[in-house]
Amino acid sequence: MAPTGSRRSGYSRRAQYNLFTGYVIAGVGALIGATLLVLSFFQPHLFGGLRGAAQDGVSPATETAATVRTGSKGFWDTISGYYRAGSKNAELKREMEIARIRLAEAEAVKQENARLKGLLDLRDDERKPVVVARLVGSSASSSRRFAYLGAGLNDGVTVGMPVRSPRGVVGRILETSGESSRVLLLTDSESVLPVRRAKDEVVAFAEGRGDGLLRIRLINLGINPLEPGDVFVTSGAGGYYPPGIAVAILTETTDDGGLARIVSDPAATDYVSVEPIFEPEAALGATTPVERELSE
Amino acid sequence: MERNDPRSRSDAYGSRINRSHSPIIANAVPWISIVIGSILPIFAIAAALPMVPPLGLLMLLAWRLVRPGLLPVWAGMPLGLVDDLYSGQPFGFAIFTWSLIMIAIELIESRLPWRAFWQDWFSAGILILAYLLAGWLLSGGQPNVHSLVALVPQLVFTILLFPIAARIVAMLDRFRLHRWKAV
Repeated sequence: MAPTGSRRSGYSRRAQYNLFTGYVIAGVGALIGATLLVLSFFQPHLFGGLRGAAQDGVSPATETAATVRTGSKGFWDTISGYYRAGSKNAELKREMEIARIRLAEAEAVKQENARLKGLLDLRDDERKPVVVARLVGSSASSSRRFAYLGAGLNDGVTVGMPVRSPRGVVGRILETSGESSRVLLLTDSESVLPVRRAKDEVVAFAEGRGDGLLRIRLINLGINPLEPGDVFVTSGAGGYYPPGIAVAILTETTDDGGLARIVSDPAATDYVSVEPIFEPEAALGATTPVERELSE
Repeated sequence: MERNDPRSRSDAYGSRINRSHSPIIANAVPWISIVIGSILPIFAIAAALPMVPPLGLLMLLAWRLVRPGLLPVWAGMPLGLVDDLYSGQPFGFAIFTWSLIMIAIELIESRLPWRAFWQDWFSAGILILAYLLAGWLLSGGQPNVHSLVALVPQLVFTILLFPIAARIVAMLDRFRLHRWKAV
């Protein structure tokens, strides 16, 4: 397009000053931005209040969009359910029969468990979720992986609480405001989660890679015992997550562990539950630097 | 005369007789459309990759390149502040980069005053590439090769979306200059 000439000041003093001031403000703006950026590198939660207020401001719209999203997903599931309905139905019946048998066996194991725990004097506390809410949005254009939850401080959500769906772990609360909170998803490059293999006691760390996969890093190095298809669950170490929640399935083995896919895709869940921190004392100990001693 | 041709006294922006532009709409539409572009990506749930293009930046580039002279040089600061509240990048990232982008376009314009759309698309593509790479480097997390590879679909998508953003801006510009006010 042809130049508009509005940036040419000519002989007018006023236009010259206006133009010059514009450039100065733009330069100062870039400097302010750089300063804020450096500040938020060292104090990531400094502007959390501002972000939370902004998030609360658009929450009516995001809540509505989340409702529509989950509703439309159900609609598509209904339509695609008709595709090859007969063979699917037969297969499901077969699976159902096997599942019934397994369920009966599981009942027996459960009873035995309760009896053995009674002998050992162990007690299981019923863990109630703090709140059940929808994931209303995410940082879809940034290279970080955050999700926004439609519940906040007013519902009792605090920083550090684990977030899970019926399928498995989704992430951890990172920032809270009145009506919404920010969740650090498992796939974020800053997320690290202690896990163990579901069938034995092989312990590892599950780290987000930033491209949708988790890197499983074994703690005990040696011969890599992992195989594709292994399921990993939370180990309960660190004190944030209760043990035994599904995290990921291994797809590929590497020298020091493997690559895994998450079990609970946040985009496919409609409701998630926020649970209380499993062992608050252990979690506090994990966040305290080595140089500083815990009180008591 | 109207009986022969009902549009004889009007142009693309509506009737030219006793109608005038609305100064509020004419000034607010670019800013509002960029802010909406900044907010829109949070509605999508992306757990694996950064899928959604940075729509706020795309609208800023489109307004600046399709309608030069409309946004002031310092527009990157207030608009970047709004984008920072929603983007998920560390606070200050968009204020910093958007200000630099506005200054960079200013320099390009003073060097190459006469440009075709292809050149605008090229400079927008280079700026988008630089912005996304800076976003990868300064995301607050540890930048690694895998998250860099994960950036490629978003980059391609964003560059391909620029002409569409330019058409949307042209449409919004016609809306902006419509004669709404009865004099």
